[in-house]
Amino acid sequence: MGWNVGDTHEVTLVDDLKRTQIVQYAGASGDYNPLHTDEVFATKVAGYPTVFAHGMLTMGMTGRAITDLVGVESLAKFGGRFTSQVFPGDSLTAKVTVESVEDGLVNFTVSTTNQDGKEVFSGYAAAKA
Amino acid sequence: MAVERFVIEEGHIASFARSIGDANDVYYGPDAAAPPTFVQSSAQWDPDYFLRPKVGQPWFGSGKNPSGITRAPGGSGGGGGGGGGGTGLHAEQHYEYHRPLRVGDVLTATTKPGKTWEKEGRRAGKLIFSESVTEYRDQHGELVVTARGVGVRTEKPVEQ
Repeated sequence: MGWNVGDTHEVTLVDDLKRTQIVQYAGASGDYNPLHTDEVFATKVAGYPTVFAHGMLTMGMTGRAITDLVGVESLAKFGGRFTSQVFPGDSLTAKVTVESVEDGLVNFTVSTTNQDGKEVFSGYAAAKA
Repeated sequence: MAVERFVIEEGHIASFARSIGDANDVYYGPDAAAPPTFVQSSAQWDPDYFLRPKVGQPWFGSGKNPSGITRAPGGSGGGGGGGGGGTGLHAEQHYEYHRPLRVGDVLTATTKPGKTWEKEGRRAGKLIFSESVTEYRDQHGELVVTARGVGVRTEKPVEQ
């Protein structure tokens, strides 16, 4: 497959994130931190406006934008920073850009933004070219 | 954290893939591959994982009261994100994949602490970052995934 530096691939990851999906992720991942699923705890004890998604749910959803392009078995690296919180009702879009192709690897930058254009995950990936 | 047995199971991968909204066929069935962030769910196999309610032990989520564990006012947080206004959050996560992970693999995970550093944040007061590196090895002792995580403890909730 030919890779051209600067090519981009954009994917809608979720439209109107539901609390139930956050619960689903808590159950599957085993991270039951009540900040993510327990409205009473999140607001009254932790002081947040409501529950918010696990960073790893955002990263997990973002992974699809990469694996749809390269296939999970080709993936060599995937990482990034959680730059803003994701709340129920948010809609997320991931943009994957080909950064370079070298030494048999294609390197991507990955940016996931919410409906206001605010970046929530800023990362990179590399796959066997 | 040390996980002695992280069994890569078909049902676990399927439920994880559903939870991240990924319907790719490669994640479903007896020969399923694991999604890129799946190793995070090794928490399920960690007997001491602090963000899971445990039989016979108090849990800090809400019940009769907003928190199941009451603390003296102004007491420090601790206990995994509970109380005191400030909380533990995930700041960064990085994975290196040495080979694909599949149903039938049985991994071990060992975690070593990395650097710690402090920073004055604009939206959450003083921030204390700490890094950890986890190596996931298969049944033959071969390295499958290396994971580097950075957690941050905030002085107060992140301003929106």
